[in-house]
Amino acid sequence: MTMIFNIPFIAVVAMIFIGLYAVLFKRNLVKMVIGISIIESGVNLFLITLGYREGGVVPIFTSAPSEVVKNAPGSMVLPVPQALTLTSIVIGVAVLALMLSLIMHIYEHYGTLDVRKIRGPEE
Amino acid sequence: MNWFELITLHSPPLIVAVPLLTAFLTPLVSKINEIVRNLFVLIMLCITGLLVLILGYDVLTNGIRTYVFGGGAPLPSGMNIPVRIMFEIDSMTIFMVIITIILAIICILYSWSFMKDQDGLDKYYTIILLLVTSIFGMELTGDLFNFFVFLEISCITSCALIAFYVHKKESLDAAFKYIVISSIGALFILFAIGLLYAQYNALNMATIANAIQFTFFDKIVLVLLVTGLAMKSGLAPMHMWLPDAYSSSPASVTFILVGATLAGLYGGLRVIFTIYGNQLLNTGFTFYPGLLIGIIITTLGVLSIFIGVFMALKRSDFKKMIAYTAVAEIGYMFLAIGSYLIGLALSVPDNPQMLVAGTYALKGGLFHILNDALDIGLLFLVAGAVYYATKQTSLNSLGGLARNMKYTTIFFLIGLLAVSGMPPMNGFASKLLIYQSTYQISPILSIIAIICSIMLLAVFVKVFQSIFLGPEIPSLKNVKEVPKSMLAAMALVACIIIFIGLFPNIIIDNLVTPAAEALQNTTSYISTIVGGA
Repeated sequence: MTMIFNIPFIAVVAMIFIGLYAVLFKRNLVKMVIGISIIESGVNLFLITLGYREGGVVPIFTSAPSEVVKNAPGSMVLPVPQALTLTSIVIGVAVLALMLSLIMHIYEHYGTLDVRKIRGPEE
Repeated sequence: MNWFELITLHSPPLIVAVPLLTAFLTPLVSKINEIVRNLFVLIMLCITGLLVLILGYDVLTNGIRTYVFGGGAPLPSGMNIPVRIMFEIDSMTIFMVIITIILAIICILYSWSFMKDQDGLDKYYTIILLLVTSIFGMELTGDLFNFFVFLEISCITSCALIAFYVHKKESLDAAFKYIVISSIGALFILFAIGLLYAQYNALNMATIANAIQFTFFDKIVLVLLVTGLAMKSGLAPMHMWLPDAYSSSPASVTFILVGATLAGLYGGLRVIFTIYGNQLLNTGFTFYPGLLIGIIITTLGVLSIFIGVFMALKRSDFKKMIAYTAVAEIGYMFLAIGSYLIGLALSVPDNPQMLVAGTYALKGGLFHILNDALDIGLLFLVAGAVYYATKQTSLNSLGGLARNMKYTTIFFLIGLLAVSGMPPMNGFASKLLIYQSTYQISPILSIIAIICSIMLLAVFVKVFQSIFLGPEIPSLKNVKEVPKSMLAAMALVACIIIFIGLFPNIIIDNLVTPAAEALQNTTSYISTIVGGA
């Protein structure tokens, strides 16, 4: 039974390693960006999983069920991990957009997205 | 409460807010005209500088300051851990903030003429100011997640600035390399923050430092945080983005990028000395964790020095050489910090002189942060000036520039002597501290440090000879001295370098020693927030 609750964490580790694999071993720039995106999703999933409390209530005071407000205010969940995840998603979008726009420019100059052909003649 | 106390009280958020607002006002102001825009940016940064001085004076006289957003006290009623975002400012923070504001003001001054012919300058100034904001944020914050957010802002803005010459292949290449490495580093850091939050329910650095147990997860967190921040600061195995990024961006951008790199280093120091500060001498292991961390950091530092110096020797591109030198200089700082950790661990049973040596190493390392920023910065500014005048960066196509560019030549000579640690420049003062103290830890370290320093001198004498001396090259006959604002910026840096070189004690006593003490004294950082713990 405990194994089932660990599945999200296993998924997190798997996603991070898949992403790292893509960044390190893929030759296509877009695939590298996809790898980074997968790592980011893994980390976000990790934060969300941390924030889950069984039997917890959304911490909006006015919309909570009245017995929760009266008897068990402690079951409201502190929404810090969710706030972190939202921030991290927004940052992720900005980074993704920037990386893709760079890739567009790189493609204009080199005519290819293969890492091996992109490195300058000097290296 | 008079107005001065009010400004002192609110200076920490204002230091971040003023550049941030200026950043988004700049596109509007630049509709008026260019000179107004440049003056506006410069004046706003000078105001920020004033705020930094006020805050610095306050912290250095009255001790650690905290600033809590959204309330006076860190703890709302009924909570027993700080949940609010807060800034915590100690002497180390002040040291870094002062370096940053010096770099920022000089960068804007230099950009005035250097970037004049480029398009899209209102956006350029906006991004520079956002980068400055994010560096300030990373340095002032006392909250780990807040640190991550500012780190990501600095990644995005630095990447945009590195790709400023969007028509050049190398800039795009360097910018892509940079964003891949720094965003992976930042995701490592976010993952580590999640792990810490899962264990201690807190994001506040002092609270985590107070509660930390050095469990299995904490070790993973330490590795992730240090790896992520070392990626950001360009330590040896993760240094490959740095030479490309430094050499292919405009010189004024490189100057402020040095500041961003050093902010990454500052984050590393915070992690090791504050969050894990009380665990460095944890006795639950066969040897102290501090010793292991120290040995690893020292090894990587030495590796950085070697790689930096040898790669600089074999390059023929002027800016690439300086960029590899920057890797070597980062290595010196990590060497000094690692030596302190080793000294601390070795001193424990009954060997106090190791701690004394270590403390000198730490002071030398911190002092070198300031000196490196100025020396490497000055060399990049000179490289920018040479590029501005000749449009060349290859050593083979330059020569005899001393005839037409006297002042630039003098500034290069000053930077050369400072980087290679020759008296009476500032590099000598900090490198001597590092040599002396690492000699007591292990003579090999200081021998390597001295030899590599001499080789740096060789590198730059070669550069000096082939760029500024030698026969006049016909195509460079009509080269003119660079405009006044660039000369003024370089002169300012050169003056600071010579001043520090002649009177190192003033800086060491008033800035470096308090900063080193603040790093060593983890307990006072924690107890300011947690209270009496």
